Amino acid sequence: MPRMGKNLEKYLRQSIMPSPWCPGCGHGTILRGMLESFDRLELDLDKVVVIGGIGCSGRTPYFTNTNSMHTTHGRALAFATGVKMVNPELTVISVMGDGDSVGIGGNHFIHACRRNINLNAIIFNNSIYGMTGGQAAPTTPTGKKSTTSFAGSIESAFNVVELAMAAGATFVARTTTFDFQEIPNMISRAIEHPGFSVVEILSQCPTYFGRINKLGDATNMLDYEKDLTIPGETISREEMLGEMSVGVFREEIKPEFTDQYKKVYAKTEKENAS
Amino acid sequence: MKSDAMKLIQGNEACALGALQAGCTFFAGYPITPASEIMETMARELPKKDGRFIQMEDEIGSLAAVIGASWAGAKAMTATSGPGFSLMQEHVGYASMTETPCVIVNSQRGGPSTGLPTLPSQGDVMQARWGTHGDHPVIVLTASSVQTTYEMTIEAFNMSEKFRIPVILLLDAIISHMRENITFPELEITNRKKPGDPDKFKPFFDETFLAFGEGSRKLVTGLGHDEKGFPETTNGTPSEDRLKKAFERLNQNLDTIVKYDHYYSEDADFLIISYGITSRAAKAAVDKLQAKGISTGMIDLQTLWPFPTDLIHDLSGNVEGILVPEMNLGQMVMPIRMAVEGRAPVQSMNRADGRLFQPDQIVDEIQKMQQNRDHHISKTKKSLY
Repeated sequence: MPRMGKNLEKYLRQSIMPSPWCPGCGHGTILRGMLESFDRLELDLDKVVVIGGIGCSGRTPYFTNTNSMHTTHGRALAFATGVKMVNPELTVISVMGDGDSVGIGGNHFIHACRRNINLNAIIFNNSIYGMTGGQAAPTTPTGKKSTTSFAGSIESAFNVVELAMAAGATFVARTTTFDFQEIPNMISRAIEHPGFSVVEILSQCPTYFGRINKLGDATNMLDYEKDLTIPGETISREEMLGEMSVGVFREEIKPEFTDQYKKVYAKTEKENAS
Repeated sequence: MKSDAMKLIQGNEACALGALQAGCTFFAGYPITPASEIMETMARELPKKDGRFIQMEDEIGSLAAVIGASWAGAKAMTATSGPGFSLMQEHVGYASMTETPCVIVNSQRGGPSTGLPTLPSQGDVMQARWGTHGDHPVIVLTASSVQTTYEMTIEAFNMSEKFRIPVILLLDAIISHMRENITFPELEITNRKKPGDPDKFKPFFDETFLAFGEGSRKLVTGLGHDEKGFPETTNGTPSEDRLKKAFERLNQNLDTIVKYDHYYSEDADFLIISYGITSRAAKAAVDKLQAKGISTGMIDLQTLWPFPTDLIHDLSGNVEGILVPEMNLGQMVMPIRMAVEGRAPVQSMNRADGRLFQPDQIVDEIQKMQQNRDHHISKTKKSLY
């Protein structure tokens, strides 16, 4: 476990520990990265809302010492949309798993991307449904095994980065738990970005994905992540397609939804007042 | 709006105006007939009050956004019809589990599935109570006119804010699209109770509420949890305790929650129990029956759930027969029979063909009940001799 300096402990809701995550799970690494980005940005925790869906990643909001919501499967972004619209001053972070965000929650995900509402979607991608015991996910790579694809998946997997970019997200990044120092960098950039941001983080699930695919223990799986990914900024967009590249793929400023609502509809408000 | 002003408006507009009057500042929804005008009116009117409107990608997301908005401090609502209401059930449960104030309007149309768009129905009265999985407290209100739609929408917000509970308002395709002259009476508006000391605030201790950003960092979860919101899933007792407490909160306030209207109900031989649009035909039928000298009264249930068991039980002791007309194949007649406990014959009168009851049909049914009673009495007399 990475050593946690005293300064990060205040970002952790320690009264609720331990976590339900298995030994070797990558999600704790991502949580630590989140806490570090809170510290770097000196966020007022009273003004942060962390909203999780269902699954292993969905438990994350319990451990951030913020306003926390553990919602329903796939719907975290829809809840987050309501929170952000009513109070745009809040930093709203949605933590989701891969099945959570692009399986059952795929519709909410693409529409949040399309709206460019200033929410931060952090996707913990372990390529499998972990909490329910290792079933195939929409992110399980073709040929990889799960309890429901025991001879190897015959489906194509979603490339979350490509999906987010096609749907219109204005900040899109990917990293892995192997590149753990990149996690707080990317989450910090995502939080500061004034639009919808997506940070996909490949995370190891040694208990299910690792075991059934004979990938070894957690450290072997970190090597697997390293071998799987290539730095995205070193290759062209065409080459990136189909690759599990890492890096920031898009960072552009476009009109943000809650701002636009104010600008376009505030007129009505003034008209009414006059 | 001035309280004495009269205006000719549609049921859906009355619902939206009632919501605005109640202090609603957030609406999320998805288009569906016959509820869409509620959303359209809110889209137009909310910005004028510095409120926020969003058209979501589906009804699941709509209620999720409403719950999020409520936790951010807004009085929030959504409106839909049967198919959308089915999709919302997931989050009716979440709102109930997390004691989130919010209002859900369902303008009923014929079902199941896509059903009869867009003919009216009263087929969702049981779904409104039991649609989401698990035990859960919920308040379900109805309206029988454009006027009561306005008033019951305000009532829905008031109850929702007071008891921290999702409140479902059931309209139907006719009420939603019907135009009637209404007035805008000054009704009392209830707001969320703030806790005394924010630092000692436990989000699931009582009906007090602090929004996100108001200082106390809260944990809100759909998992079984204790008063602090901490999940407790290996020991179900704290979860059960909280559920019982939420039910108790309603039980202790039935006097204010149970709303109904009555017409000639005292000393009547026959009683019609109806709700929603059906009460309009029932009322006309009562007038016709009174003119014929057949003593008939009616109860218009405005609160369907929690069910007014005591009210119905007490009334049933003095009548010779109860008629329950409803635009479904027999739903509210079930709790009515349970409340009556055999003290009077209960006759179910149903239609699910998307048409309204005509007053004369109800008159005929009561007359048949009267004849049956007379026949029964004469038969009993014969056998005595």
